[in-house]
Amino acid sequence: MSQTDYDQIVQLLCDRLADLSKTPEESISPETNLITQLSIDSIKLLGLIMEIEDAFDISIPINALTDIQTVHELAELVHKIKSAS
Amino acid sequence: MNLLEKLDAAAAARKSLLPDGVGAFGIPIEEVYSATEARIGDRRVLLLGTNNYLGLTFAPECIQAAHEALDKEGTGTTGSRMANGSYFGHRALEREFADFYQCSGGIVFTTGYQANLGTISGLVGPGDTVLIDGDSHASIYDGCILSGADIVRFRHNDVADMEKRLRRLGERVETTLIIAEGIYSMLGDQAPLAEIIELKNKYRCILLLDEAHSLGVLGETGQGLVEKTGLLKAVDFITGTFSKSLCSIGGFCVSNHPQLEQLRYVSHPYIFTASPSPATIASTRAALELLRKGSHLRTQLWKNCTQLYTQLKETGYQLGPDPGPVIAAILDTPQQALLMWRSLLEHNIYVNLILPPAAPEGKSLVRCSVNAAHTSEQIKYVGDTFAKLYNLVKS
Repeated sequence: MSQTDYDQIVQLLCDRLADLSKTPEESISPETNLITQLSIDSIKLLGLIMEIEDAFDISIPINALTDIQTVHELAELVHKIKSAS
Repeated sequence: MNLLEKLDAAAAARKSLLPDGVGAFGIPIEEVYSATEARIGDRRVLLLGTNNYLGLTFAPECIQAAHEALDKEGTGTTGSRMANGSYFGHRALEREFADFYQCSGGIVFTTGYQANLGTISGLVGPGDTVLIDGDSHASIYDGCILSGADIVRFRHNDVADMEKRLRRLGERVETTLIIAEGIYSMLGDQAPLAEIIELKNKYRCILLLDEAHSLGVLGETGQGLVEKTGLLKAVDFITGTFSKSLCSIGGFCVSNHPQLEQLRYVSHPYIFTASPSPATIASTRAALELLRKGSHLRTQLWKNCTQLYTQLKETGYQLGPDPGPVIAAILDTPQQALLMWRSLLEHNIYVNLILPPAAPEGKSLVRCSVNAAHTSEQIKYVGDTFAKLYNLVKS
């Protein structure tokens, strides 16, 4: 996958996270922390993962989310799984 | 934030929901009078917050069996079966569960929670996959985490969504365990077992069905959803608990796969814990016998379930899709649920309060558990009280 694919993933994440956290999309960047800055709880995160799985037709095991804190880290995980699929 | 400060933050979040310290969680029950009544504070309350589905907590047969076991074998086993040995009762109950489900083998665990932990973590490991319903019980999630397998969720009871996820797994379906529940504990709805089995066969996976809430409740002899649907032989592993219809504490797994026996040697929740006490095993054996012969109890239970479900539905409450012993009024906010829970208690009715994140989709639940010992008058009183309080939560 290319940088374009990564950017596309970040864009999708920012869009969905803005909706879930009721935060303006322009204030969300790859460095934004999902928990401390956007208050994304475990239930919202699991719902988001299902949406991402469907959007990119991939499987994201929820145990792979343990160390994910930022938008960038989540995008990188999705990018890695998508590249391997 | 240090470790203790993290707990303080969690306590503050809880307090913000329950500002006056009302003990909605772990409420002190001072005395239990019967399968349907107890004392909370100075109130004699109707119990609709227990999972005593067949109403057997005071069954004389179970109490006598427990007394005899206490007298004969003492209060506890004081150790694990692996190290300290298996009592006659442990082995007898395993045979009886295997016989009940027409399986070649059975294993008894110390709690229902451990039955799922032990079975799942024994069946799958790192590199394998578990495909679970999004509304699975915490014991299923925790068993999956303990196993180290990859955990993939499908949308609750959505078979098309499940197939999409199976397809994405590709060759990994060969080492995939699918897990579903007979009756889901939050909304009381049942798994679409026939469709799940169709997919399990198509993708050649292994299926574990947790009958915790459906044991004693569904099917002519109370086996659960497997009996109601006639699909007993198509399920690979069945787990369940003693702490609901069987009115004690413990859990089990049964299967026709001979590999079940190997779980005793690889499953930490089986190995590294004390085995169930003799009295627990004895009362469970007596209760299983009553459960098997208890079609009259199931008839009464379903009469009560239908009566309450119908009345709440007619009043206007949003409920789960299926009538059953778990009847949850789905409310929009925790504040509504707390107000309803508190008002019901003021009317001497004890139910369960379930708030996010435990409740699905960010909703809050006021959950009733109906049992066979409730009288028609008691159920009517509960239904009438819900109707009287409807304006509190009407949107």
